[in-house]
Amino acid sequence: MAYDYTPFPYTPPPGLTHAEPRHRVVIVGAGPIGLAMAVDLALQGIATVVLDDNNVVSVGSRAICWAKRSLEICDRLGIGERMLAKGVTWKVGRNFHKGDQVYAFDLQPDMGFKYPAFINLQQYYVEQYLIDRAREFSDLIDLRFLNKVIAHTDCGDHVKLEVSTPDGDYPLEAEYYIACDGAGSPTRERMQLALDGQTFDENFLIVDVEMETSPFGDHATPERWFWFAPPFHSGQSALLHKQPDNIYRIDLQLGPDTDPKEEATEAKVRPRITAIVGDAPFRIDWMSVYRFRCARLNRFVHNRVIFAGDSAHVVSPFGARGGNGGIQDVDNLGWKLALVLQGKASPELLESYNEERVEAADENMFNSACATNFMTPRSSIERLFRDQVLALAARHPFARKLINSGRLSQPCVLSGSSLQTSGSAPLSPGHALLDAPLTGRAGPAWLVTEAQGRFTLVTANDQPLPDITGIERIGIDQAESCYPCFADSEGCFKARYGTAHIYLFRPDGHVCAVFDTPDVDAIVTAHNRAMGATQ
Amino acid sequence: MILQDKLGEEADTFYKALISAHEGLTEAQSHTLNARLVLMMANQIGDLGMLTDIFETALQDLPD
Repeated sequence: MAYDYTPFPYTPPPGLTHAEPRHRVVIVGAGPIGLAMAVDLALQGIATVVLDDNNVVSVGSRAICWAKRSLEICDRLGIGERMLAKGVTWKVGRNFHKGDQVYAFDLQPDMGFKYPAFINLQQYYVEQYLIDRAREFSDLIDLRFLNKVIAHTDCGDHVKLEVSTPDGDYPLEAEYYIACDGAGSPTRERMQLALDGQTFDENFLIVDVEMETSPFGDHATPERWFWFAPPFHSGQSALLHKQPDNIYRIDLQLGPDTDPKEEATEAKVRPRITAIVGDAPFRIDWMSVYRFRCARLNRFVHNRVIFAGDSAHVVSPFGARGGNGGIQDVDNLGWKLALVLQGKASPELLESYNEERVEAADENMFNSACATNFMTPRSSIERLFRDQVLALAARHPFARKLINSGRLSQPCVLSGSSLQTSGSAPLSPGHALLDAPLTGRAGPAWLVTEAQGRFTLVTANDQPLPDITGIERIGIDQAESCYPCFADSEGCFKARYGTAHIYLFRPDGHVCAVFDTPDVDAIVTAHNRAMGATQ
Repeated sequence: MILQDKLGEEADTFYKALISAHEGLTEAQSHTLNARLVLMMANQIGDLGMLTDIFETALQDLPD
């Protein structure tokens, strides 16, 4: 059944009749990134005004693949379990060359994680869940639909905005302006900031179809199928994915010389779909023709205006690094901006958001560009290498490693960040936390649910953790203590973290320091460094 | 012979470098570059038995 795009109510904002007090944060764009940002800040007691020029969720499925790390972040935001319950969990990917399977992979053979490697869930559901969640913070999140920002000026210590509504225009002021207004960001346009990177000549057709009969045939579990040069779509590439509600995502490479307007028509698309799914009946739910870019802003932080998500960086979709990259932007920025607004950290801490997320965007762009190049060879020699990789892959493991139908989103390792204290451990500083099943006094628990959102010391060694202001503590297999302790009931924590180290996690779940002993001075120094203090 | 992966995490970076090396070359220049690469890589392998095995393996199922 087609998704019900019920419009959100528009209420005339107070600014139309009288001047509003200066707000702490205004978020421009109520897509998944803007909404996640509002919820993240609300969880830390920071009020936001969210402005969106539209009044419905994303039309069309758009971002559909949510990686484990994003689900763990959404767990912290309070919608992870709802996404998991609705989403389609898949972990097996199959790559085909012409008619034959050349390689299949299993994304997550290890057990002991609350969330799977990936789920598929339409962007409109994620936005709906985030809006439901945001409405639980009615005193902190002011959602304003049909409020279009038409001008903004950075005044040094605040930003002035001009907002247009169906009832006229009004001015607004905020200490920080977060631009989550998407790939075509009007904020970016107004500031005349360019996205630099690579544009691909190929057009891709993206179609969602609804059908009762699975196009995966007898394969009962949902998978991801990718074809290089399939027999049904000569010389090009094709991708097939399952979403909830019997919706299937199909991506088809169309070549560089096609007319996007002509291709995105039911008459042109139906025969292409029939060639893949056979004679089974289907309904076209949404379609679009894209030409991909891998590009980013030079800087994501421009004094009081901060870019997050597609407004800051765009990637081709192979690897699911757009939506997932944006959710990680939020995770990185949320706690830093909250600390700055609470006066607990200097505004310079925000520079580390720029540093860390620019590095992550480069990693995402590298991976997305490599995948797109592999599936769209630009010269005969490139095609020759590509086809021989595929030919050798049937027998040789090394060639399977070279096949690239998308390197699926992994959390960025922030090892070079100025906030990290260098050290060595099974999970070294810079890495995002690895989940583990635990058992507490209240029953089963997960590390991702217990250890995120605050600075937290975690250890499975037998030395008691010291009490330090601003740092939570979690003991694993420790004797009863004055802080929460859990049993490593399945041994996963010890397998992933060992017993020799004490880990200091940042609120975004990245390890920022490791210690051999509970040395208070060393922990305080590392904590201060992670909050941007310069020694 | 079955060739196990030795490139590890560097696989994509290697492939990108290989394709970049060919960028802008004519087909004849690409052939020349490939010949040089084979000779230089063979010298780096430096093991005649292994090279002979690779030749045999690479010749299998060669398309017409």
